[in-house]
Amino acid sequence: MVEVRLPTVLRSHAAGQSSVKANGATVGEVFDDLVRQFPLLAGQVITADGTLHKFVNVYRNDDDVRFLDSLATPVEDSDVITILPAVAGG
Amino acid sequence: MLRISRAHWQAIVDHATAEADKPAEACGLLAGELGDIDVRAVYPCRNAAPPERQNFVYELDPLDHLKADRDARASGWDIIGVYHSHTHTEALPSPTDIAQAPDPGWHYVLVSLRLPTPVVRSFTIVDGEVAEEPLVLERPAPK
Repeated sequence: MVEVRLPTVLRSHAAGQSSVKANGATVGEVFDDLVRQFPLLAGQVITADGTLHKFVNVYRNDDDVRFLDSLATPVEDSDVITILPAVAGG
Repeated sequence: MLRISRAHWQAIVDHATAEADKPAEACGLLAGELGDIDVRAVYPCRNAAPPERQNFVYELDPLDHLKADRDARASGWDIIGVYHSHTHTEALPSPTDIAQAPDPGWHYVLVSLRLPTPVVRSFTIVDGEVAEEPLVLERPAPK
């Protein structure tokens, strides 16, 4: 089981939890399991065409998965996945 | 309402002032307990927008965000808001700020350096609706 840390904006979709556990060998599989557990998270992190939403950043430990293999990035049980909203403005 | 210590208020203004010399917008994150009014920590972050655009936009560095989130969680807090500066315009959320507001539960603190005296204001942004909220300076501890 991998720990997935959720930003405040997504917690209402995950029974109010700030951190949840999910199964998977890749970041994508972990997110699939997350949506199985919390169906309200569907569409919040992954787009309909199966890619990461541009307004979220996903880290495996200290690494932005966009600079790894994105959703195909492998994960191990000791890893922490952190989902963060992209923060920008003018 | 958002309540902030004088030291945290000054840290935000100092960061904004330092970046304004480039000129660039400064940005950073605020931590506290969810649902509480107090800012417990201020995390100045890097503006990761392209250098030639930093004087009118900011993109909060995601790695700095990760570090702030980690530090806040370790203290039992959460990220509850973001601050950023406007170097030449008022301390009001811009259309871009409103369109890109990431979290309806957050506090959005704006610093304006348009005038010699910095102006700091706080807002909520929910479904595109902006509302100013009181930004209160914490009373200093008695000596």
